[in-house]
Order: sequence, then structure tokens, then C-alpha cells
Amino acid sequence: MSFFSDLDQVFVLLQHWIAGLFPVWLQPVVATILGVIAIVAAFPGIFAVTTVLERKGLGRIQNRLGPNRVGPLGILQPVADGIKSLTKEDIVPLSADAVVHFLAPVVLVVAVFLGFAVLPIGRNMVLADLDGGLLFFFAIGASTELSIFMAGWSSRNKYSLLGAMRAVAQMISYEVPLLLSSVVVVMITGSLSTVKIVEAQGGFTGVLPHWYVFTPWGFAGFALFTVAALAETNRSPFDLPEGESELVAGYFTEYSGFKFALFFLGEYLGMFSIAGFAITLFLGGWGAPFSFLGFVPSWAWFFLKLLGAIAFFIWLRGTLPRLRQDQLMNFAWKFMLPMALLNLLVAGAWRFMGEGWLRWVIAIVILIGAYVLLGRTLMRKQKLGARSYRYAD
Amino acid sequence: MIGGLSIVFLMTALLTVAGTLAAALLRNLVHCALSLTVTFAGLALLYLQLDAQFAGFAQILVYIGAVAILVVFAILLTRGAGIPEYRSYGSNWFAGLAIAAAVFALLTWAVMKSFPATAAVASSPAATVQSIGAALMSTYVLPLEIVAILLTVALIGAVIVAMPEAKVSNSLTEKAGER
Repeated sequence: MSFFSDLDQVFVLLQHWIAGLFPVWLQPVVATILGVIAIVAAFPGIFAVTTVLERKGLGRIQNRLGPNRVGPLGILQPVADGIKSLTKEDIVPLSADAVVHFLAPVVLVVAVFLGFAVLPIGRNMVLADLDGGLLFFFAIGASTELSIFMAGWSSRNKYSLLGAMRAVAQMISYEVPLLLSSVVVVMITGSLSTVKIVEAQGGFTGVLPHWYVFTPWGFAGFALFTVAALAETNRSPFDLPEGESELVAGYFTEYSGFKFALFFLGEYLGMFSIAGFAITLFLGGWGAPFSFLGFVPSWAWFFLKLLGAIAFFIWLRGTLPRLRQDQLMNFAWKFMLPMALLNLLVAGAWRFMGEGWLRWVIAIVILIGAYVLLGRTLMRKQKLGARSYRYAD
Repeated sequence: MIGGLSIVFLMTALLTVAGTLAAALLRNLVHCALSLTVTFAGLALLYLQLDAQFAGFAQILVYIGAVAILVVFAILLTRGAGIPEYRSYGSNWFAGLAIAAAVFALLTWAVMKSFPATAAVASSPAATVQSIGAALMSTYVLPLEIVAILLTVALIGAVIVAMPEAKVSNSLTEKAGER
């Protein structure tokens, strides 16, 4: 058993051992720097793997092979992409605002990396155990919107500006259901600290875990949070701002070479960090799904869940059509916001009703009833008849 | 420690003041808005140095995440972001300088007057989120409700202002379309 607990804490032990090689007054700094190096090495590595997985996965969904030239089955494609983006000429339009144009991808990547600091990746493996960790995460997430605006405006390009305005409008609209659906977790846990939220989901009844996603309000919160997270990171089906068929490339039209790669990196890392946050809030963080699987290291569970989330996002991208801008906004304000507020009510009732089957029944009835009612009411005006197909002759 | 103030505080204060000066003196309006964002970030850092975690993060979330975006949207939608065609300094700059100096003197007097007589470092109560929440729900519940009503009124007002005009008569437009 000691082997498994050592394996669980192997990175923490490694960090302490390396920090121990330095004088005492330098040790906290070295420990923190090691944590930062680990984050900066691990997540861009996952990003490289994800680009290949995404292109192969999307290709398979669309009945074609993905990249298969570079390396066996195309796994070395990210290396080729990296070399390409580093060696491409960096073109800045003559009338573009040079300073803001340069700073936009930098601000994005810095803000996104900051968000990883409060994710508990394993037992005792969080870079910054802040009292208000959740608030920190959302504050940093709100700063990424500014970089998108900077990118779109500084390019002096109508399409970029249009894409940036749409992206910012979409992000601010979906910020509200995102925050409200995570407030439910804070209500039940009683703390804003991500470490405490994960620890509160650590128990097991019998074999089943106490993850929040297995409660009615947690499930609704998880669904709302995932949809809002997809919209926050401009990920399909909410990728109208960067829609390839509408706006060339949206707000990063005028970026080439390494800056484009930085935007790409920032967007994917934002996706990872918000998926990691959803895992922390609702899916039990680094906790095992069954009590008898506790021997698997905690960080392995976190990365497995992250991989599952990434696969789910790729699947959604390949399957669902893109939403139009007005459909996006209506969905956020008219459907998700009332559902998130109702979820708060249900979670409050859950908390104060005490144990038993009654609270399950009431919570499920209220949530499903609201979902059906709200859905039907909003779809009244839409005249959706039977599908009609036009075939090419 | 330089002059009784820590180096970190001096750097943050320099950043904040530089951002504010840039926001007031730059010619391009969007640059001014972005410098204002730097100022907000500097203020958040000051809150964090004072161990007010909630205030610092809420400052970032509200000011940088919402107010700065609002400012840039307002600049964009009111055609203020073109090439500046106006002079940066008006003709009555001396009056402005005098008023700014008077306000600064008033604020300095108020701040200096509020320092405690004893310079003992009292143990400040930990402003944890839980204590803030408890205070908001018990002592400050009336201001909380008033702020909520104010925000709702602002939201309704924004929707009313932005609502498209109700269509007056469809039949007239249809007849015109037929011809």
C-alpha cells in the first residue's frame, strides 16, 4: 500500500527533494518554480497531443482519415505544426496598431496560464491554495475577453472587428450562467477554495462516490456549466466568432506564424483549464469513481477525466452544427439564466430538507418540469416543420 | 523598504499611477481604455497586498472583466475610436489644474486625518469570504438589496433603450413591397 501512496504523491516528493537541495530561505521559491515548470510543461504537452487527437477524431467523424503523413499514424503532426509556426514570416498589417497587436496573444496566454494555478491536479498538488480560488479562476477567465477584443480591434480589419465584437458579446453573455451554475457548488460546500470542494466530494457511500454530478442539482449545474464553458472558450457549436466559413478566421485573421500559434495555444489551454475546473467542481477532482479503485494515483484520475472531457468536446465539435449569433444569445439569456437561477433554488431546498428520498423527488421534478416548460415556451414561435431535403440533380 | 513603504507596494503604485496617467494623456481612445485596465489591475494588486483576497479578485472580475469591456464597447459603438481630430488640451487647462489640485488637497487631508494616533500594528481581522458573506447577510443586508434593485433597474432600462421600435403598420409596408 505504501507503494501506491508513494506513487500518488510522487510529484510532491520529487518537488520536496529538489527543493531540499537548495538553502532553506530559497526553498519556497524553488518549490513554487518547480510547480510552475510542471504546469508549463504538462499542459502544452497535452495541447500538442490534443491537436492530433482532434484532427484524427474529426476526420473519423467526417468519414475521412486525419493527418497520417508525419510519423506513424500522424502522431508527430504537432512537431511539424510547431516548426511551421515558428518559421513562418510574421506579417503585421501596415495600418495595424503594432503595440496592441503584439500584446493581444501575450495577454491571452498569460491569463490562461494563471487559471491553472488553482486547479487541484492531485492530492496535495495545487499550485496556490487560495481562500477564494473559484473567484480567482473566474476573474482570470474574464480577463481573456479583453485580449480577444484587443486582437480584433488592433488588426484594423472589418472582419476581425466583427468577429471580436461577436466573441466578446458571446463571452459576456455566457459568463452569467457559468458563474451561477458554479455558485451551487459553493453553496453546498460552504467554501470557495477548490481544494475544499474536491475534498468535500471525496466520500463514498458503499461503492459509489459523492461527486456532485450524481445529485439532481449537480447534474443540472454540470450540464449548464459545460455548455457555458463551451461558449466561453468559443468552441463549437459556439464558434461563430471564428467561423471559418463566415469570417475568414474572425478576430485572429491578421495573425500569422507564431502569434497565431499562441492564440491557438491560448484557446486550447483555456478549454483544458475550464474542463479541469468542471472536473474539480462537479466530477470529484482527483477522486476515484469507485472506492475499490483508490489505489490508482489521484493525478492519473484527474488526467483521465480531463481526457474524457476533451474527447467529449471533440465529439461535440464534429457532430453539432454551429449556432447563429441570435440563437446563441437567446439561448444564454432566455434559457440558461432561468435554469441556473432555478438550480440555485433547488440546491437551497436540497440543503435544508435533510436526508431522504423526498428531496431527490422534489429536486428532480422541479428541474425536469422547468426544463420542459422553458423549452416548450421558447420554441412556440419557431415553426419547425418536418425536415425537407433538396438533392442535387 | 524605502521611506517606510515596501518595494512591492512602490512598484504596484508606480504601475497604477502610470496606467492612470496614460489613460488621461494618450491620444488614441482605445489605448486610453486599455491603460485604464492596467490601472484596475494595479488597484487589484494593492487589495491583494492588503490580504483582502475577495476584494482583489472581485475587482478583477468586475472592473477588468466587465467595466473595461463596457468602456471599449462604448468607444466602439459611438465612433470615438477613429483618428483623433481634436486637441488633447482645452483652452481652460489652468482652471482644471486648480480644481484637480484642490480635490487632491482635500483627499490628502481626509486620509491623513484618519490615521490612528498609535502606529501599533493591530491584528487585522481576517477578511475571509465567510465573514464577508455573514456580514452581507446580517449587518449589510439593506445595502445589498438596494444594490440588487439598482442593478435590476439598470438592466431593464438597458433593454428598453435597446429594444427595436414596434412595427407600426405592416399592411403599408407590404403594399409598398408589392409594387
